[in-house]
Amino acid sequence: MIKQIAPYYDVVVIGGGPAGAVTARYAAENGASVLILERDREVGIPVRCAEGVSVTGISPFIEPDEQWICTMIKGASLHSPDGNFVEMYNNGDGYVLERRIFDRALVDLACSKGATILTKADAIGFTKNNDGEISGVQYRYLGKNYSVNCKIIIGADGIESQVGKWAGINTTIKLEDLETCVQYTVNNIKINPELCRFYFGREVSPGGYLWLFPKSEYSANIGIGICGIETKPNIGPLYYLNKFMEKNFPNASVSYTVGGGVPTKHGTDFVADHVMLVGDAARQVNPITGGGIVQAMIAGRICGETCTKALQANDFSKKFMSEYEKRWDKVLGANQRFMYSVKSSFIKMSDKKFNSIVGAVKSINQDELNLHALFKVALKEEPMLVAKMATSFLASKIKFDW
Amino acid sequence: MEGVLKVNKSLCDVCGTCVSVCYVSAIVVKEFEINIDNEKCIKCLNCVKVCPFEAIEEEEK
Ligand SMILES: Cc1cc2nc3c(=O)[nH]c(=O)nc-3n(C[C@H](O)[C@H](O)[C@H](O)COP(=O)(O)OP(=O)(O)OC[C@H]3O[C@@H](n4cnc5c(N)ncnc54)[C@H](O)[C@@H]3O)c2cc1C
Ligand code: SF4
Ligand code: SF4
Repeated sequence: MIKQIAPYYDVVVIGGGPAGAVTARYAAENGASVLILERDREVGIPVRCAEGVSVTGISPFIEPDEQWICTMIKGASLHSPDGNFVEMYNNGDGYVLERRIFDRALVDLACSKGATILTKADAIGFTKNNDGEISGVQYRYLGKNYSVNCKIIIGADGIESQVGKWAGINTTIKLEDLETCVQYTVNNIKINPELCRFYFGREVSPGGYLWLFPKSEYSANIGIGICGIETKPNIGPLYYLNKFMEKNFPNASVSYTVGGGVPTKHGTDFVADHVMLVGDAARQVNPITGGGIVQAMIAGRICGETCTKALQANDFSKKFMSEYEKRWDKVLGANQRFMYSVKSSFIKMSDKKFNSIVGAVKSINQDELNLHALFKVALKEEPMLVAKMATSFLASKIKFDW
Repeated sequence: MEGVLKVNKSLCDVCGTCVSVCYVSAIVVKEFEINIDNEKCIKCLNCVKVCPFEAIEEEEK
């Protein structure tokens, strides 16, 4: 046994990202004993993220702190393949985060409510009792195998999630519902630090988009996600990103490179007996923007509160804990399904269409240009589709109906 | 060719993207490395297609 780690916790959370940290916090806050197991040696590292969030999205969860706010974002520009672009403000502010510090702050918050974290601890399976019922988690820590007993296991283990599979939940992502991504953090560029940029089109980023999120006047996260069905040998996200960099920022120097995957369709099952999935593990990401931090935190809160109720009722059945799924559906479900339907048409849109929409939006007077105006114009060009897509980029449409 | 899949460690970023598209759970992240179980693998090549760094290669047995 490892010193400081008890033989039993009410809840064991696998994964110390935003989903795991927020779940742990809400469970611990209401009296549960909680252990977080994190595979990496440090919470928040490596950063596989463009680090953009809306202020209204994260403010219910944590007090703003300049330690993890890298830049304040006031607007966004949308770029069509022909080089045309439109800038939009008046849609609510955003942050570009320092996620390695932000993720740590979320874990610290959970620990301040009583949760315990162990890093370098790689969960490798469940333990079961004589009746074949799940009774705990097995993990590897510094070259040795250990186990810990618990009542509830939270799978907050990200895109590479195994917890769902261990519990018999099918979490495999179809290629058309996955964005494969590469991101550079670059410096030696000159940009407006208050403006996030989005580049669209099949030439630029087939079935996805390319982003530039400023980290200062001279540095940014520049990355790309392309749809899993759009890759060809030697023509994947890295190819498109390099093409973009050569054309737009030939003198940039790259200080950090990461790859990653973003699911664009939420899972159908988040719950099994003794087990709940949350965040990327449950594929709870905004299907259009690929934003998953706020979604993970919202789901984490509901999931953590469900832990409390299950412990009070001493009922860890799928049936009882499905309350989490139902509340998630009430808060986010309709929004997710709607976004997914928009995304399905978006990934098929032609470059010509992108050009004509951005062209038409440009004719609007800047003072009047907000998402509403964009919506009206785009509606003419591409009924139903594009404007709703743009809406989702900036405005957090989620009602906090707990 | 009945090949086996191998991960080129100098290209792999351990990002876990390949893991998420494997229907038969043949790929896992294990202690900071990607592990492919070629016994389980059904050669659908989903993982090869989505790897951002094209780190998964097919080799002859
Ligand atoms: C390139 C890219 C850009 C993105 N940009 C944005 C953005 O700008 N804004 C936004 O909101 N979202 C963005 N996202 C999505 C966002 O990063 C995720 O949705 C978010 O991190 C999900 O949080 P999570 O806690 O569910 O998972 P993660 O943050 O992935 O955390 C999962 C944790 O579980 C750990 N883990 C996994 N398996 C085990 C195990 N067996 N044992 C122990 N620990 C384990 C991992 O080490 C990891 O720390 C981006 C994603 C990518 C790939
Ligand atoms: S997708 Fe590629 S880079 Fe990512 S873990 Fe798998 S093999 Fe490595
Ligand atoms: S080829 Fe298919 S079955 Fe084999 S490891 Fe890759 S995704 Fe899994």
